Amino acid sequence: MSCFCLENVSYKYDKALVLNGVDLRLEPGEILGLFGHNGAGKTTSIKLILGLMTPSQGKVSVLDGEAGDPKISQHIGYLPENVMFYPQLTGREILAHFARLKGANLRQVPELLGQVGLDDAMDTRVKTYSKGMRQRLGLAQALLGKPRLLMLDEPTVGLDPVATADLYRLLRKLRDEGTGIVLCSHVLPGVEPYIDRAAILTEGSLKAVGDLASLRRQANMPTTLSIEPESTVAALESVVNNAKASAGLMMRHDNGRLHVDVRPAEKMALVKALMASGEVRDLGIYQPTLEDVYVHFIGSGGLAHRGGAQ
Amino acid sequence: MNSIWTIARKELSDSLRNRWLIAIAIVFATLAVGIAWFGAAASGQVGYASTPATIASLASLGIFLIPLIALLLAYDAIVGEEEGGTLLLLMTYPLSRGQLLFGKFLGHGLTLALATLIGFGVAGVAIALLVEDVAVGALAIAMFRFIVSTTLLGWSFIALAYVVSVRVSEKPVAAGLALAIWFFFVLIFDLMLLGTLVASQGEFNPELLPWLLLLNPTDIYRLLNIVTFSDSAQLSGVLSLGADLPIGPSGLWLALVLWFVIPLTGAWALFRSRRI
Repeated sequence: MSCFCLENVSYKYDKALVLNGVDLRLEPGEILGLFGHNGAGKTTSIKLILGLMTPSQGKVSVLDGEAGDPKISQHIGYLPENVMFYPQLTGREILAHFARLKGANLRQVPELLGQVGLDDAMDTRVKTYSKGMRQRLGLAQALLGKPRLLMLDEPTVGLDPVATADLYRLLRKLRDEGTGIVLCSHVLPGVEPYIDRAAILTEGSLKAVGDLASLRRQANMPTTLSIEPESTVAALESVVNNAKASAGLMMRHDNGRLHVDVRPAEKMALVKALMASGEVRDLGIYQPTLEDVYVHFIGSGGLAHRGGAQ
Repeated sequence: MNSIWTIARKELSDSLRNRWLIAIAIVFATLAVGIAWFGAAASGQVGYASTPATIASLASLGIFLIPLIALLLAYDAIVGEEEGGTLLLLMTYPLSRGQLLFGKFLGHGLTLALATLIGFGVAGVAIALLVEDVAVGALAIAMFRFIVSTTLLGWSFIALAYVVSVRVSEKPVAAGLALAIWFFFVLIFDLMLLGTLVASQGEFNPELLPWLLLLNPTDIYRLLNIVTFSDSAQLSGVLSLGADLPIGPSGLWLALVLWFVIPLTGAWALFRSRRI
């Protein structure tokens, strides 16, 4: 059973193609990062999985059922971007209302409020809540009824670093218990350590899917070696030059260190040659980050290309 | 059914919390007691006129007040949820659009029914206790009929407000349209009917004209509460048309019920096709 499965899904909004032939699936016990600029189709994909809309083409199946079926929605937790609640109700009242709608046990309400750190605020009205507190309440709402598929749109907005770390710890725990989780975020360095796979969307089509290692391979981006020389930078440079230097090798130095960009396939050969030369006092290896990979796939077309604010 | 009740329950507790229910009930009770007390003022004395006269006065006031209150209560039912950002979230729950709409209707409908029952019920009890030699049985029946028809009238305007609320995307627009609905049914409609009557010098199809009254829930309400009491000689304006209607009170009741069933069904159909 997969948590959801999109097969060749397209969606048209007033003739404009918002999603174009997307294939994507999520298995239980997996955290998928869904990335893309504003208007790339992230929210549309999520809405299709939630059954709020039906695809113009293709097939969407969720938890072995049909998207939007009440029996299925009961097992999905969703945190929308900029979540809002009834301002005149207290946190506890709101969560109880949503718990009743979801058919979840009301005993979960104080439990979840405690889990997201709203113990002290659960009986004050939501209109006095800060952005971060609303976000936590939204999170508690998404966790009602122990969902098997959890979709979080920008879950860390407004959260302080400690709360953010708590959130990711919680998500990891849920994943280990078998929940499938989709994480949309613009804070790429923040989510990088926590996602199992990433999917990158641009203009409605899927540019790349896979774990970070395979994305790096697909992108074929250089790894950077930062080397501190034993004697002089010049001596190091000649070692690098002699070590079967090939295309794509780039060197620059600052602060007495030498930085070498090397293709992933040639990295180990160069490292071995450096070690053998005895010219290396210290060596740092920097792999391309999720952000680098993302920029590579999106293309750096500037802000205008990204179609929105932020 | 459970989700419908969950939504209704929230609406009901909202109207208790923001004191809508109690405010409406107090307004109704004050009006009813006031009219009962000063009902005979037109004839130069203070005191209880008669049960039919009191109900007729109450109904005349109710025609202005009930639609307004119902529209105010309900105009933001759906558009308010959307502007507040909760509609999207609700729709991801195991809750259909129909369940949300009918739950809202149940909540708002109960609010209005309770306010009517409490407000006019208290007034009825006060009249029965304080006015000497009033026929309590007749008063009870008249009050009961008045309360039920008032509730139905309120429901029809709640349903009309929903038609607006599921269609528009901004609250101020919904409020404006709700006011337009009030204006049309309470003020314009009868004028148009009278105008047609006068302009055609009575030549306008006399068979059809009385039926046109059924196109306005406030006229049905008026007919139910005023015509059934008085001799048709006392009727004025378009109401005299009602005396020509070949359907009895049960037909009028049915028409009033249809007046909330049909708009509510329409609102449901519109809501289902709305893009979220």
